[in-house]
Amino acid sequence: MNLMKATTAGIAFCAAGAVSAAELEVTHWWTSGGEAAAVAEFAKALDATGHTWVDGAIAGSGGTARPIIISRIIGGDPMHATQLNHGRQAEELIEAGLLLDITAVAEAGGWKDIINPSSLLDSCTVDGKIYCAPVNIHSWQWIWLSHKAYEDAGVPVPSNWDEYVASAGALEAAGKIPLAMGQQAWQSSGAFGVINVAVGGVELWNKINVQKDAEAAGGPEMAKVFEAAAAARAMAANSNVQDWNQATNLVITGQAGGQIMGDWAQGEFQVAEQVAGEDYTCLPGLGVNEVISTGGDAFYFPKQDDADIEAAQKELAALLVSPEVQVSFNLKKGSLPVRGDIDLSSANDCMKKGLEILAAGNILLSGDQVLSADTSGQIEDLMVEFWNDASYSAADAQAKYAEIIGDAD
Amino acid sequence: MTDVTTNTRTTPRGTKPRRRMSPSNIMLYGTLFVASVYYLLPLYVMIVTSLKGMPEIRLGNVFSPPVEVTFEPWVKAWAEACTGINCDGLSRGFWNSVQILVPSVALSIAIASVNGYALSLWKFKGSEVFFTILIFGAFIPYQVMIYPMVILLREAGEGLSFITGTRIRLMGSVWGLVIVHTIFGMPILTLLFRNYFASVPEELFKAARVDGAGFWGIYFRIMLPMALPIFVVAMILQVTGIWNDFLFGVIFTKPDTYPMTVQLNNIVNSVQGVKEYNVNMAATLLTGLVPLIIYFASGKLFVRGIAAGAVKG
Amino acid sequence: MAVTDGTGTESAKTSARRPNRLFKNLTAKTASIPMIFTALVVFIGCTGWTIYHSFTKSRLLPAPDKWVGLDQYERLWSTRRWLVSIENLAIYGICSLILSLVIGFTLAALLDRKIRGEGIFRTIFLYPFALSFIVTGLVWQWVLNPQFGIQSVVQRWGWESFTFDPLNNADIVIYGILIAGIWQGSGFIMVIMLAGLRGIDEDIWKATRVEGIPTWKTYIVVIIPMMRPVFVTALVLIAAGIIKVYDLVVAQTSGGPGIASEVPAKYVIEKMFQSQNLGQGFAASTMMLVSVLVVLIPWAYLEFGGKRRD
Repeated sequence: MNLMKATTAGIAFCAAGAVSAAELEVTHWWTSGGEAAAVAEFAKALDATGHTWVDGAIAGSGGTARPIIISRIIGGDPMHATQLNHGRQAEELIEAGLLLDITAVAEAGGWKDIINPSSLLDSCTVDGKIYCAPVNIHSWQWIWLSHKAYEDAGVPVPSNWDEYVASAGALEAAGKIPLAMGQQAWQSSGAFGVINVAVGGVELWNKINVQKDAEAAGGPEMAKVFEAAAAARAMAANSNVQDWNQATNLVITGQAGGQIMGDWAQGEFQVAEQVAGEDYTCLPGLGVNEVISTGGDAFYFPKQDDADIEAAQKELAALLVSPEVQVSFNLKKGSLPVRGDIDLSSANDCMKKGLEILAAGNILLSGDQVLSADTSGQIEDLMVEFWNDASYSAADAQAKYAEIIGDAD
Repeated sequence: MTDVTTNTRTTPRGTKPRRRMSPSNIMLYGTLFVASVYYLLPLYVMIVTSLKGMPEIRLGNVFSPPVEVTFEPWVKAWAEACTGINCDGLSRGFWNSVQILVPSVALSIAIASVNGYALSLWKFKGSEVFFTILIFGAFIPYQVMIYPMVILLREAGEGLSFITGTRIRLMGSVWGLVIVHTIFGMPILTLLFRNYFASVPEELFKAARVDGAGFWGIYFRIMLPMALPIFVVAMILQVTGIWNDFLFGVIFTKPDTYPMTVQLNNIVNSVQGVKEYNVNMAATLLTGLVPLIIYFASGKLFVRGIAAGAVKG
Repeated sequence: MAVTDGTGTESAKTSARRPNRLFKNLTAKTASIPMIFTALVVFIGCTGWTIYHSFTKSRLLPAPDKWVGLDQYERLWSTRRWLVSIENLAIYGICSLILSLVIGFTLAALLDRKIRGEGIFRTIFLYPFALSFIVTGLVWQWVLNPQFGIQSVVQRWGWESFTFDPLNNADIVIYGILIAGIWQGSGFIMVIMLAGLRGIDEDIWKATRVEGIPTWKTYIVVIIPMMRPVFVTALVLIAAGIIKVYDLVVAQTSGGPGIASEVPAKYVIEKMFQSQNLGQGFAASTMMLVSVLVVLIPWAYLEFGGKRRD
């Protein structure tokens, strides 16, 4: 049976044109300007093979899309491919035998050798078999600074977190919001994670998030991180937008000094036709600890009972990782490609910084890879309250945080 | 049709106002006027905002009328706004919504009316228990029922395939969605129909029995023609509920047949840098148009139907 | 259809006394199969399924074999966000119940005073009910926006110290949601009340007028008690809406600022789908069901149990 499948897949690769054209329904939640443009690259590439990309975009982040995706899969009427953050999210679906094994595609494409960092492929692997195609690397550890805001305030653009904190007074005096923050829980939690790595260092981060060391989470080093977060909270007090890209827009238009946000913010600067280094500056690791986390998005392929469609699914999987698609997609999305063997000379300053850090191996696992969705959810609940309630003291928040880490599985 | 069951007045009551400008009249109209402002304000804001350009929105306040009227947001919402890579606005989902709406409304009302009829005139042991369970069901948040419903539909589809020997899938088909709407509309609709049929004069029912009419005979020849007002109410409630549904529509259909609300969600929730409030408002109004028109057109019938159904216990 | 004496002949009024046999009333029973199926399989079955799984460690997928007893409930009741949600629901529920009934009844009574333009006023009060909660939340978020909405307009009129920014103030945000919720739903309650008022016999009004009882007193002492079934229907509708409140909060505040406007249904849904902790979500929804039952069972008993009212 497996041999049969492998053979079918093999044939599919060799004679892509000969396979009957299939319509592939693909679910994802990439709907902002930069994101949609990036998805269009996938669709274009798939349509060029003779198959058809049927777009199933559902706006409103993974929280809206996920119940829809999961219900469709367990209801026996799955889409043909779907975005999911890789890491621990899909494990149970794989165990239940609902997702297609694409090991053959990965072997044919030599993914083991080209996917960098290899942790991305590890996240797709269960019991030695590969179930997903990673498409990009996203890192959280960036702060985006507006040149216009600093010009208006008459102070130089800072080059690290401490300078940035020191410049807050000048920004405020010029009527700017020092730190733009969206009020959604995942943003609060993400920004905290970034401050954690920058102020506390990689070692502390690993101790807490990978080894789940509750003592470190409650310790004095972490207390400094919470103090820094409380300071950031004060800087963001006047920012009352909801969505992340509304906050990014405050930076783009120079109403805010900066924003802590992942590299996907890049796409928004690009859509606004701003140039890195001229209109805005990006500091990886807040300019303190230059590391990036390597989470990202991946596509999974729910099992179908139609051989033609299965062949087309495998073709799509191979396509997503292929060099041309990786370049065109990631340039639009502002994320880093998953393969180390392609030339991104057209990348802008910020992406190049990211690529250098990646090449130097200064990487962290991403939150998705080390913490369960449940633990992340609890941390999000804590952080959104902490960021929005100025009377919530750093010490109280830290105590609660240590408790969550202690219970993490 | 006939109006035998309802001795409902369609005219207002109360003391005839003696003088137009009596203090109590001023109070009365004053209160109604203030209340109207509260109810109309958001609609006004929606319309005004949808006719402004973005620069004007950023400058002005929400209540000021547009300096320069533009229909651009409406065009954009209907035909150009993007959902993922498809940039054809709400127009995509309109006919899908209609195709979902018609069978869902028809089936849910047909079943609920028979339920109400059986519950009020043909009670059997346990019927009140089932009714109580139904009412209880009205309190369960839909989202809690998603997974068990999905599993139920999958199994039902497999069962049907086994019996008929052909491959039937309820998940992902319009019929699955119709069943879901029928189930979740059942509690409130059954309550309405039950209360309505309970108010039918007993003599009428007895006379029909004496004439030898059975369950269906009485239902089709006597009850159905009399029940027009309550059917109107049921229809209005269902059209509103089903047309506005997002959750079930997106779970139980596929991208090709997504209802309009999915596009609305995508337009409103995918922010392209700046929230385009004008397009959001236009999209919102366009999506709400069908239920709104039905409400404006059937206001009087609605009250009459409610008077006939909901209020007799 | 052949009707022989004794089969399917009972109406409700006589059935209570006769001995019941399975084949009596067969057509009615057959016709009720969809209802019986919905009641037993969907509502009871799915509820049972949910309650069972609340005792398991289900994550992304239901895992009936990972039994953990009361763990999920212990965690639930030690979670701050859940406690805030419960408190919010209580405030929202009580205010919404009272305000909907009072506003609905008052407007209906005013419309019933032989006024001009009744149809127009009625339509104005009712139309929000045609709009979804998502739309309601968005519009009111917009109207209450401090930079563009009511606050800025009043300030521009010259009252510069005026502040009305409920959506960004954790202490009063739930009332901002209440304003929107009442706006959407009270019109429908008004229609139900109006229908009830129209069902009251003219003679009663004449009698009270003869007695010289003032109008407002007539409403409170005579009319409202007579409208008991109307109030019951309205109460069921309002209460069912309150417990399910979710979309409105998501669209208007996303539970913010912080966790100040969280509600139980939102907790359930986010734990189930965002945190991928079905067990926790099921435990929370079971607690919601229990609270519904506590209210509903005594009511159902009074309404249907014991005595037959007709």
